[in-house]
Amino acid sequence: MAEKKKTYVEDIERTLYDIKNADHSVYKSHSGLTPEIVRDISQRKHDPEWMTQFRLKSLEVYDSLALPTWGPSLEELNMDDIVTYVQPDAKMTGKWEEVPEDIKDTFDRLGIPEAEKTSLGGVGAQYDSEVVYHSIQEDMVKQGVIYTDMETALREHGDIVQEYFMKLVPPKDHKFAALHGAVWSGGSFVYVPEGVHVEMPLQSYFRLNAAGAGQFEHTLIIVEKNASLHFIEGCSAPKYNVTNLHAGCVELFVKEGARLRYSTIENWSRNMMNLNTKRALVEKDGLIEWVSGSFGSHISCLYPCSVLHGENARCEFTGVTFASKGQNLDTGASVIHAAPHTSANINTRTISKAGGKATYRSAVKVTKNAPYAKCSVNCESLMLDNLSRSDTLPVMDIEGDEADIGHEAKIGRISDEAIFYLTSRGIDEEEARAMIVRGFVEPIAKELPLEYALEMNNLVNIELEGTMG
Amino acid sequence: MAEQLLEIKDLHAGVEDKEILKGLSLSVGKGEVHVILGPNGSGKSTLMNIIMGHPKYTVTSGSMEFEGEDMKEMKTFERSRKGLFLSFQTPEEIPGITVENMLRTAKQVITGEKVKLLPFRKELKATMQELKMNPEYAQRYLNVGFSGGEKKRTEILQLLMLNPKLALLDETDSGLDVDAVQIVSEGVAKFHNEENSCLIITHNTRILEHLKVDKVHVLMNGQIVEEGGPELIEDINRRGFTHILAEQEG
Repeated sequence: MAEKKKTYVEDIERTLYDIKNADHSVYKSHSGLTPEIVRDISQRKHDPEWMTQFRLKSLEVYDSLALPTWGPSLEELNMDDIVTYVQPDAKMTGKWEEVPEDIKDTFDRLGIPEAEKTSLGGVGAQYDSEVVYHSIQEDMVKQGVIYTDMETALREHGDIVQEYFMKLVPPKDHKFAALHGAVWSGGSFVYVPEGVHVEMPLQSYFRLNAAGAGQFEHTLIIVEKNASLHFIEGCSAPKYNVTNLHAGCVELFVKEGARLRYSTIENWSRNMMNLNTKRALVEKDGLIEWVSGSFGSHISCLYPCSVLHGENARCEFTGVTFASKGQNLDTGASVIHAAPHTSANINTRTISKAGGKATYRSAVKVTKNAPYAKCSVNCESLMLDNLSRSDTLPVMDIEGDEADIGHEAKIGRISDEAIFYLTSRGIDEEEARAMIVRGFVEPIAKELPLEYALEMNNLVNIELEGTMG
Repeated sequence: MAEQLLEIKDLHAGVEDKEILKGLSLSVGKGEVHVILGPNGSGKSTLMNIIMGHPKYTVTSGSMEFEGEDMKEMKTFERSRKGLFLSFQTPEEIPGITVENMLRTAKQVITGEKVKLLPFRKELKATMQELKMNPEYAQRYLNVGFSGGEKKRTEILQLLMLNPKLALLDETDSGLDVDAVQIVSEGVAKFHNEENSCLIITHNTRILEHLKVDKVHVLMNGQIVEEGGPELIEDINRRGFTHILAEQEG
């Protein structure tokens, strides 16, 4: 019989992301973390006094907390080597022509200005520690929608920022939340007034160019009563041989009857530690929809949390994670049911290949105040070879009465019988494999913004390797 | 005699160290309908899988030709493209791939031509209606959540849409109620013509109602032990398999 050929799924085509620009930053903080560095960053950013104090307090919290030990090992991370603030040589502008050439080229390659013309209602672009471009359609401004970088928000809408900033994710939450509180820079601020429906998505893109740096952008979104918004977040960085760190923080406030869809495609390079914290507070009849794609980074810990705070508040979480060689991606979701009749639906797919490790981790908590909570978790993992690993770690803590909780987990490999079935229909083995992998992520892919769905399809391009299976 | 389509001679094959087919010979001509009968465990499904080239099985000796061409080195997808089709006894559930998408992809690779979506969709819908299938099933994931009967009907749908030269039907009628067997039987009859042949494993004669059976083979212990015309079916139904062995030994 002919040798069985081994097939594998190609890595993401990374060339696009790996183009590095020369480092033209005008200022870089010293690496490491001291009150002096934090004070210096705060001064350069012209923070109001309360923010300076907030940063310094956060630093104290940071120093008092230990590294978390329950997830992937973070030993490789040496904070003394990380440059926490890198100011690009560009001022924030609303015109792409005014963005320095090399930075603009980067965003051009990523297709951001093009998408802005066709399918987005507003765009923000961050390069290293600062936002270099921001725009929003005129009619939205007229309806009172605010979409700007966090620094501008702090200057122009300081009271709103002060009311919400790190209230949902307090620095005490964990070590990297504290770190974020101390050195955060950049990010997006969105405010949608009561009853306003933002028809076209807003997209912020975060690009980390400098080697050995950290990116700590803060995203604060407030969707007022009966308003709606779709926000898209994209992240990428070129690959360096030193560790880069991403410890962003996302706080989403979904008010009564409001809807927010938050889509993220994270494609950091394989030297990135992605320790991101995202949380949503959902009030009565509100809906948070998370769509989360994790394809990049060396180590990721990412578990967006939904606090269902008002009656009938809902959460839909859809996630896909693809871990390849050298990647340890620990992703999942967390839901806190804190009011009656709240419901959540978590649906994830993880794929691991070439020695990659993908872990699904989730926590569902139903408090005493949340009778008739409903939660269904469906997580499926596919390992494409024997080198790769997948784990599923769901935790449930149910205190409320009459809870309806369902959990379904599957970990598997591509079945030989499924391949035989498809090949018996004339489809060759590689295509059969690709079809099965595409089929596996299909329920998720259809939720992704179009250009990202295409990217994910490319990711499942199959190559044939003539070695023994 | 009709032109040969499938010709198997003295085939020995099995899985790992276990020989399952022990010198099996069988030939099917163009346009013919053949039935294989045999007790459970006699190697009927294995034979179907080996004809289709399941990588789990190894052919140790003997020959197997399709339209005069040696099949032994052909991969499963190549056999399919040459005109073989297997209707599975237990069709696989494949999430995320719709019936329509799979069939269109298959038709494209088998015919080697681009299959345009709209005419294809029309043909698919018409064929589904003939099989009394809900056309919405075209957009459902392949066999996922289908009942046993729906899975079998989907197999016949594929048979009609892909129109192979030789259909291998592995207990396509098992687990079906009377009405469903009727529909499947009509479907197979529609497929069969002067060019197209069938090799059918069955325990139930009802699927054969709309077909003219040319030859019946009795498979026991990895070999064809008796062959005859359609009258053999009734004989076996009446007397079972054991007497055949007894006669042979006697």
